[in-house]
Amino acid sequence: MSPDNPAPAAPPSGPDRAVVSVSALTRRFGPLVAVDGATLQVQRGEMFGLIGPNGAGKSTLVKMLTTLLPPSSGSARVAGFDIHTQQAEVRRSIGYVPQLLSADGELTGYENLLLSARLYLLPHGERERRIDQALATMGLQDVRDRLVGTYSGGMIRRLEIAQSALHRPQVIFMDEPTIGLDPTARHAVWGHVRSLRAAYGTSIVLTTHQMEEADTLCDRIGVIHAGHLVAVGTPRELKARVGEGATLDDVFASLTGAALDMRGDYRHVREERRGAREHG
Amino acid sequence: MADRTLAGAVSGYATQTWAVADSELRKLRHDPWELLTRAVQPILWLTLFGQVMAHVRGISTGGVGYLDFLAPGILAQSVLFVAIFYGISVIWERDLGVLHRYMVSPAPRSALVLGKALSSGVRGLSQAIVIYLCALAMHVELSPNVGHAVLAALFVVLSSALFSTFSLVVATIVKTRERFMGIGQVLTMPIFFASNAIYPIELMPRWLQGVALANPLSYAVDGLRAVMLRAGASTFGVVHDLAVLLAATVVMVAIASRMYPRMTQ
Repeated sequence: MSPDNPAPAAPPSGPDRAVVSVSALTRRFGPLVAVDGATLQVQRGEMFGLIGPNGAGKSTLVKMLTTLLPPSSGSARVAGFDIHTQQAEVRRSIGYVPQLLSADGELTGYENLLLSARLYLLPHGERERRIDQALATMGLQDVRDRLVGTYSGGMIRRLEIAQSALHRPQVIFMDEPTIGLDPTARHAVWGHVRSLRAAYGTSIVLTTHQMEEADTLCDRIGVIHAGHLVAVGTPRELKARVGEGATLDDVFASLTGAALDMRGDYRHVREERRGAREHG
Repeated sequence: MADRTLAGAVSGYATQTWAVADSELRKLRHDPWELLTRAVQPILWLTLFGQVMAHVRGISTGGVGYLDFLAPGILAQSVLFVAIFYGISVIWERDLGVLHRYMVSPAPRSALVLGKALSSGVRGLSQAIVIYLCALAMHVELSPNVGHAVLAALFVVLSSALFSTFSLVVATIVKTRERFMGIGQVLTMPIFFASNAIYPIELMPRWLQGVALANPLSYAVDGLRAVMLRAGASTFGVVHDLAVLLAATVVMVAIASRMYPRMTQ
């Protein structure tokens, strides 16, 4: 299961271009190997997609890279820092948009951003300016003092992205950023993700099980199936490997022998539907 | 971006702790209904249980009337009852995903725990105000001393922080709301009844006295009895009571800081 771009291991620090560098990262839950020896590099400023069905190991990989979950073995550096021994430094350097609802519905949009600004210790004089700017960029000024519980799914996602970017992280991890959104809201989120990168050069690692999202948004894609990273490349490269006129769905089927639409178990269905209800 | 000096570290820690506490307080401001409904139970204890037991005169309370004896106990009890279910909201935040945002932030885990504890302390204070007013209406002889009131507030904040953090630790172990509801009930009863909240420890069988003396709630009640009432007296000494509660809170915050990250794994 070696990924097909065996880039040399990055030096631990220095002016290399890798903002995320993962080496043989593995996570077991009892007998289950959720992520099995993942190795990959994400370059500075890159938009990198992890695709695969629910339960493939995408979220587990992201949880390890965001320091939420300790790996069973292997190592990774994020923004030059070791995810195991330099957690505080990693946390200062990253933003995270979880698959679940992370904006607090019982607070206003402004209060959610204020919480982030304080947790990340933005300088006092800078806070209000950054918050105002974030609200303006995401088109949320008019609802800044409304409880987030009254927001639409697309507005909540925009707020969450604003929160994750408030401290100008080098890399933002987004777990299924458009799950449960209607096409209009989804396209709006894509636009905001793109302009975030354009404005600050932020690298973005996102997981998705929608081929269209990976195809239109990502510079490179890692295909993950049953815990294994089975291929890494640009969408064009991956499609060329299968043949002319191939779609990413075909790529996925040929790599894994499985259809992407084979959703996981009851728990995944429940989570996805709940997500759809909350975000939709 | 962070200031590397000690003063900078301390002020950063305080900012992060306050970030958590202030968010919780803002939620209470947006929806104060919870505070109002929480006030009903202690009022019922004082007006129903208290009135009846005061007439029975079956409990020797060392000279003070039973209602006077009971009021500080009910304050400590209501603090316990509110704080002990705090873990539910932590599990709820985990289920939603809000907790993930705290956990990926650079804030020290102990600042996150302390922030929660502090907000629970403020909830406790709102309970205290209700119970003071109710006690006043029932002619309990409250201490008019402002210093005493400040000390009472300190006891309330400390015991709220202690029991809410204990609740957080339980939440990191049981992990689901359903299990927590069951456990919460099981924990509340022994902590409440194996304490001096509604009867003196001397009335208990010897083995239970041992339990009561190891129970932090006994020290909250003892301290409150000394500072809340005009004729109040402490068995263990107010400073001793405060020290026990403070030590227990420090230990519990340390444990919770280690356990908290398990919630999002």
